[in-house]
Amino acid sequence: MPVSKSMQLLKDDLWKNNPVTVQILGICSTLAVTNIFLNTLIMGLGLTFVTAFSALTISLMRNVIPPRVRMMVQTLVISSYVVIVDISLRAYVPDISRALGPYVGLIITNCIIMGRMEAFASGNKPLLSLWDGVLSGIGYSWVLLVIAFVRELLGFGTVLGIQVMDPLIHGLGYTGGWVQWSFMIMAPGGFFMLALFIWIANSVSGHKLTHSGS
Amino acid sequence: MEHISPWVLFFAAIFTGNILLTFFLGMCSFLSVSKQLKTALGLGLAVTFVLTITAALNWVVYYYILVPAGIEYLKYIVFIVVIAATVQLLEMFIERYSELLYINLGIFLPLITVNCAILGVSLFMVIRQYSFIQSVCFGAGSGLGWLLAILAMAGIRERLNEKKIPTALRGPGIALIITGIMAMAFIGFSGMVQIQ
Repeated sequence: MPVSKSMQLLKDDLWKNNPVTVQILGICSTLAVTNIFLNTLIMGLGLTFVTAFSALTISLMRNVIPPRVRMMVQTLVISSYVVIVDISLRAYVPDISRALGPYVGLIITNCIIMGRMEAFASGNKPLLSLWDGVLSGIGYSWVLLVIAFVRELLGFGTVLGIQVMDPLIHGLGYTGGWVQWSFMIMAPGGFFMLALFIWIANSVSGHKLTHSGS
Repeated sequence: MEHISPWVLFFAAIFTGNILLTFFLGMCSFLSVSKQLKTALGLGLAVTFVLTITAALNWVVYYYILVPAGIEYLKYIVFIVVIAATVQLLEMFIERYSELLYINLGIFLPLITVNCAILGVSLFMVIRQYSFIQSVCFGAGSGLGWLLAILAMAGIRERLNEKKIPTALRGPGIALIITGIMAMAFIGFSGMVQIQ
């Protein structure tokens, strides 16, 4: 695995060409669970696992897949790994699995995975593809984890389920507890947080958005 | 879930439990194809059509093949294959029989296989244990709800073209803020019917 190329991927996937803030791909399946940090973490891990191993598998098979059925094979490989994730979650963390509901299955239609298969894994060596898969997964997860952290903190006043805002307010000498921003837990909170994140990310990196007109 | 009337489900799927504005499904194509009213309408209609058909097909496949065979855990793979096959067949069918429909709807069909709203509706239907009629109404309602959301979005974005927007917020950023405001407006419907 050439070192310079893997370092370039590291930079690209985590920030410069981040799947969420720059490519705006695949937010559907995960944005929905960002009102609780732990759920987002589990989803992020699952998605990284699926992306990495699908990339490895597709890359290993890249010379034997007939071009005409390429998409179908990719979808089948991805869904097989999603089945593994789903069954493992149900066995080891049944409560979280129930809370995530259909969103684990929806990893299949997450455009990031398909995008990486098409753009990278079907044309690169297995190890490099695995590395790219892991990095894309992480690049995607960290953005959503930041969003989840803010939403849970403001919405419930908690971090990882532990109440932190109440003691903070008492510590500052105020009476009463943290007033929960129930808005943050609901869908609009998710949309606004993502918009805010993209806004900040674009301002910091000074991206020229070439792919979008308006 | 026996007691909910299919009509209630239908309207709830459009307004109170909008597939896009409450469950975040179908975001990718919603953000990328909502720049013009005409294309948004085409895609929205195609999604509604495919959603209704695949909800019915997947219900039959799930309860008459997967459940009796005891292989429910394969539902993800089977559902996505059914959806892909339906889309492919529809595309061939439309191309063969109606040129007008093909020009207006057909070009959007390949985009639909990877629209998470389609798979999402099939998965919700299983988790909430809907009956066949309930599933079809839920599918059609979700499709119309998605159509409504993308139409409203396209209408707003067409007018945004001449407005001054901070550079970093252009494109997806402002689109997400508008979506958030739309989602807030749709929360206003929640007193109408309640399902979850």
